[in-house]
Amino acid sequence: MAEIESLKSEVRSWIESNWDPGSSLVEWRTKLADTGWGTAHWPEEYFGKGLSPAEGAEIDQLFADMGVLGVATSGVRMLAAATILEHGNDAQKKQYLRRIITGEDSWCQLFSEPGSGSDLAGSTTRADLDGDSWVINGQKVWNTSAHHADYGLLLARTDWDVPKHQGLSYFIIDMRQPGVEVRQLKQMNGHASFNEVFMTDAIVPRENMLDQPGNGWQVAVTTLAHERRGFDRIRGGGALAQLEGPIFDEYRREVEIDNEPYKWYPQRAGRVDLILERARETGAIDDPVIRQDIARLLTMSQAAQWTAGRARAAQQAGKPQGPEGSLGKLAASNIARLASRVHTDISAMDAMLTGAESPHDGVIAEILVSVPAVSIAGGTDEIQKNIISERVLGMPKEPRFDTGPFRDVPRNVSET
Amino acid sequence: MAFKLTEDQEQFRDIVARFCRDKSPTTAVRELMATEAGYDAGVWQQLCAEVGAVGIHVPEAKGGVGFGPVELSIVMEEFGRSLLCSPYFASGVLATTAIAEAATAEQANELLPGIVSGDVIGALAVSEDARSFEPERLQTVAAEDGGSVTGSKHFVVDGLNANLLIVSARLNNEPRLFAVDAEAAGVTRSAQASMDPTRKLARVEFDNAPATLLGNSAVDITPIYNTALVALANEMVGGAQALLDAAVEYTKLRVQFGRTIGSFQAIKHRLADLLLQVELAKSTAYQAAQVLADEGAAGAKASEAASLAKAACADAYLEAAIQCIQLHGGIGFTWENDTHLWFKRAKSSEVFLGSPNQHRERMLQAMGV
Repeated sequence: MAEIESLKSEVRSWIESNWDPGSSLVEWRTKLADTGWGTAHWPEEYFGKGLSPAEGAEIDQLFADMGVLGVATSGVRMLAAATILEHGNDAQKKQYLRRIITGEDSWCQLFSEPGSGSDLAGSTTRADLDGDSWVINGQKVWNTSAHHADYGLLLARTDWDVPKHQGLSYFIIDMRQPGVEVRQLKQMNGHASFNEVFMTDAIVPRENMLDQPGNGWQVAVTTLAHERRGFDRIRGGGALAQLEGPIFDEYRREVEIDNEPYKWYPQRAGRVDLILERARETGAIDDPVIRQDIARLLTMSQAAQWTAGRARAAQQAGKPQGPEGSLGKLAASNIARLASRVHTDISAMDAMLTGAESPHDGVIAEILVSVPAVSIAGGTDEIQKNIISERVLGMPKEPRFDTGPFRDVPRNVSET
Repeated sequence: MAFKLTEDQEQFRDIVARFCRDKSPTTAVRELMATEAGYDAGVWQQLCAEVGAVGIHVPEAKGGVGFGPVELSIVMEEFGRSLLCSPYFASGVLATTAIAEAATAEQANELLPGIVSGDVIGALAVSEDARSFEPERLQTVAAEDGGSVTGSKHFVVDGLNANLLIVSARLNNEPRLFAVDAEAAGVTRSAQASMDPTRKLARVEFDNAPATLLGNSAVDITPIYNTALVALANEMVGGAQALLDAAVEYTKLRVQFGRTIGSFQAIKHRLADLLLQVELAKSTAYQAAQVLADEGAAGAKASEAASLAKAACADAYLEAAIQCIQLHGGIGFTWENDTHLWFKRAKSSEVFLGSPNQHRERMLQAMGV
């Protein structure tokens, strides 16, 4: 406790003598990278102080409390940083980490393909070594922020003669090159939060492979684990986005660009928070049938929160994770679907309208056309149920047909 | 909000669970459910004397054991899991809570020690038709001096086993509770054929039956009702978990088409869905117990939490029962297979103390919606 306090007072006095709201965002963050105070839980040799994650979190909180900006964290960049920290070599860490936290470079993830979504390890984008370069050919999809990314985290196949998980490698690819074409992908709700990325003889220098050839799956698992951890992260820039001054203007622009893809995410979760307000303003609150569904929805939503509370309580008590810890995503799908149905019943024929004509300036219509994403994004309900039944209930796995050399594994017609 | 038990509570759960495993294998359940009394007097004495289960949630000042709703819920969850046959719900939950809530301290200290020791079995006679627990439609009346009651009660749990009946009746047009000796003149009891043979029901007629008025003012049935609902909700999640466990175990063993049926996604996904529903229901039952512990059983918050839990747990229990039979296939529909024991408890618990639809509505009204 005393150590934390003396650490905090050290940081406080450093901030007091160094924080300059008149400097540019990159100037300030370069100072953070040079001293290590912006990412204090990173190793000392790579822009950190070698402190524990808990100490790092205390320092981040102190920055926020003092109204001082920290390093860039929005978008996909922190997944890149975490992956490079865990799997990168010395040269890669020195080359990429600094410009990640200064916000100068932005990143995207190039994992999913049209032919491999749930079966991510069935990736068929190929990387072939030609002299000192890897030549990349293939298509990726669902790539958030790829249209303004400087670098991509790329999963590609380097060996077709081993089982599928063993033939993948993980690369850092320069997105600003002729062989990379990014097209925005418009969704059924009208937003374009994702992209398709076409790679045609795109080049990756040999030294840009992360970890060893054939270890790409393990590296991807690291990235995905960090993505899951950040799944519920509150987006929006926090209180700092309210402060005035040129450096905060810069910050606001950065957050706005990086958060653009996530604008409709509250709607895809079903907006349970709007249900009672809508029921009251429409009079549906007096309909006994709708009341039953409202009560069902509120019950499910509350029960999911309490279940998450039980999971946290078990974690804090140092107990092994029980079933309650694996159910949140599936619960969220059920809640969103039911919420969408109840919003429809409450809105009656107004549910046929869209845009400004739709109640709440289009929010209701956006719920109805966004909810189908919840049970797909970040792992479909079906994959979640496989995981729950196999890992929690201990049920047997399905027989597999994809354990031999990847070359012989049946694939979608378009990829053979 | 406490979503985890204290160490003492965990130990208590282990004690109750061990007691149930020892005393209530399904062979014992099957034997007892076929008898008129439906329970084993020796086990009942041990339950009271050794486990201290009856009166567990009632303060010592009123003659109880002095723990709270969370401990009561632990007992109920384990009883629900094992279908332990006993008059616990009638005597330990309904009658005990009614006395603790409605009687004067002096009356409670007179009535409860016998119930807590297990020597006296209490039952609560409040329902008169299929839809009433709360006293809006109360027809039973008391004589003007409060010394006797006349009327007819249905769905009295363990009404035949009881020595002491706690009866609702109108006194000067106010709902009150009375203590009536079950053996007294003017009391006529008959069994109601119950679909769940582990929950014995009776019809009780009172014809100027001598009665003792409890308490000094009109009875507020709400805290009694809420406590009973939370106890039932926790009993139901215990049963639901037992059914889920049985379904998972069976589908891992049963082989068809050259593979265990548990390796079919169609079955795995159904069980994953069921696990989710059962875990969500558990959260509502635990939360409701905690709300009663924190806020008392009488307020709107208690009614909201209790009704929410009753509806969610009833739905989860019945779903678990239906799925468990389905996943067993034909054998699941046989008398020999144990699933129907829980199915019948689930089916009767669904409507006992009010249906899920009624409780969803009650929850909204308690929320002020």
